[in-house]
Amino acid sequence: MNSKLQKQLLKRSKAAKIERLGKGVSFLALMLIVLTVFAIIIFVTSKGLSTFFSNHVNVIDFLTGKNWNPNVTNAKGQPEVGALPMITGSFVVTILSALLATPFAIGTAIFMTEISPQRGARILQPVTELLVGIPSVVYGFIGLTVVVPAVRAVFGGSGFGILSGTFVLFVMILPTVTSMSVDALHSVPRYYREAALALGATQWQTIYKVVLRAATPGMLTAIVFGMARAFGEALAVQMVIGNAALLPTSLVSPASTLTSVLTTGIGNTVMGSMQNNALWSLALVLLIMSLIFNLIIRLIGRRGAITK
Amino acid sequence: MRKSRWIEGLLLVGLIILGGWAYQTRQVNHSNMTITAVGSTALQPLVEAAGEDYSTQHLGTFINVQGGGSGTGLSQVQEGAVDIGNADVFAEEQNGINANRLKDHRVAVVGITPIVNRTAGVHRLTSAQLIGIFTGKVLNWSQVGGRNQKIVILNRAQGSGTRATFERYGLEGHRSLAAQEQDSSGMVRQIVATTPGAISYVGFSYVDKTVQAVSLNGVKPTNQNVTNNRWPIWSYEHMYTGQKPQPLATEFIHYIQSKKIQNTLVRRLGYISMADMKVARNGQGQIHKVVKGHE
Repeated sequence: MNSKLQKQLLKRSKAAKIERLGKGVSFLALMLIVLTVFAIIIFVTSKGLSTFFSNHVNVIDFLTGKNWNPNVTNAKGQPEVGALPMITGSFVVTILSALLATPFAIGTAIFMTEISPQRGARILQPVTELLVGIPSVVYGFIGLTVVVPAVRAVFGGSGFGILSGTFVLFVMILPTVTSMSVDALHSVPRYYREAALALGATQWQTIYKVVLRAATPGMLTAIVFGMARAFGEALAVQMVIGNAALLPTSLVSPASTLTSVLTTGIGNTVMGSMQNNALWSLALVLLIMSLIFNLIIRLIGRRGAITK
Repeated sequence: MRKSRWIEGLLLVGLIILGGWAYQTRQVNHSNMTITAVGSTALQPLVEAAGEDYSTQHLGTFINVQGGGSGTGLSQVQEGAVDIGNADVFAEEQNGINANRLKDHRVAVVGITPIVNRTAGVHRLTSAQLIGIFTGKVLNWSQVGGRNQKIVILNRAQGSGTRATFERYGLEGHRSLAAQEQDSSGMVRQIVATTPGAISYVGFSYVDKTVQAVSLNGVKPTNQNVTNNRWPIWSYEHMYTGQKPQPLATEFIHYIQSKKIQNTLVRRLGYISMADMKVARNGQGQIHKVVKGHE
């Protein structure tokens, strides 16, 4: 009897076994994701660096060159792979669309959390969620048939260019920035508002001087998140920006982004050739940029966490 | 507890059925009944249509056709990843391809024509004018007999077979200046149709009423003019295989080259039949007359 009880007590219980199994499964899932991420980083890096190591392109020339013509060799006997037009295009479109989207997003977020939480939750929440769900090819198509002719009629040029890309991206990142700003505003403790109001501040003063200040780090994170999305968006931008590997001279002149050159070019090159490697180098630049965006988000998050 | 058992059981049964179905319909890569053709999007419609025809006549065979571009097609067939690589260009013209390891099968010819927006008011150009436009020396349509409108150049993506052919035979080897690029002919046509002053180039089958095809040096872009090389901007549609292709791949290519397909599908889809060609061209661009009965 005693030994039976002892056995029962020393044996692992069923619940403990299930717990171990659960831990094992979730750890495996985690490992799989970590491995995938590392595999992607290693693959893109090795492919992207081969332009510089096996094709001996100068890194500085790559980052500052203005001619993108991988099929042609220049006076120095090196292929013309200057990525500056694409890098500039990507950054300009990203920054402009973030600048445009931020006021709208913050305004909407304030309306949804401070001014009219009930109506905001009932109408605006579903609307922004709907915007997130629309596939990017639909945005691109609308951009091509509506935005491009409109830009051509109002601002001149062919309509294809950074301005059209900005407008399309603005709509695409708006819901992301809005919903993250809403979260940031929600996380401001209620007693901040109560204290401000008790001191005699009006609602606007409370929002402007207390709530927005306290939510600044969260809002910045939201904006950087939106920028990261804009930077990586390929299809919709490619359809409206014109894909000309030229340094943009104005907002309505055709330009290109890293992603648009990648998607148009990759099918026409042969794996392992110089032309293909050059495209992988662009992908590497994209990867590094999104890593930097991630780092910025983490930095802001750490600096500005609200201490309750 | 009872309920969750029930669901587990259902899931298990579902998994077994799915697995069984997947096993039944699995692709048997090493059997001789399935081949894969990858590459040029310009040739894709023809290969797809012919593949469907072939499969209905030879039950149990399956022709898997994918796009991806000429470069992808050539590199995949060179690596042996697919059975057939479709391309608009000679393998010799593509960087990174060892043409000696591939076998060339020409299945059709495609003519390429410059197209302009209808409002430009231009119907004909000379070669010199065309080169001037695409190298940036001619900036306004009024300089070549059209309306006072700025010229907007639209290119296919770098490395596209259509672009390579156009630059080689339409621009006589001059490179187009950097301009807008699009990665499909359908997109190019739509943009040329809606953008005032736009000019670009597409295969004959893409020309419709929304755009203006341009005659070059007085020659109209017609199939007839391609067959005797009076219209010089054309290219072969190639289907490349390895040196020792699968029997089904060879058979399928012969099927596309057969009179039946050349006279029906090839023409209906806007390509020019190999049988109609009175001239032949090699990878170096040299033209010679076809002696009938030989080729």
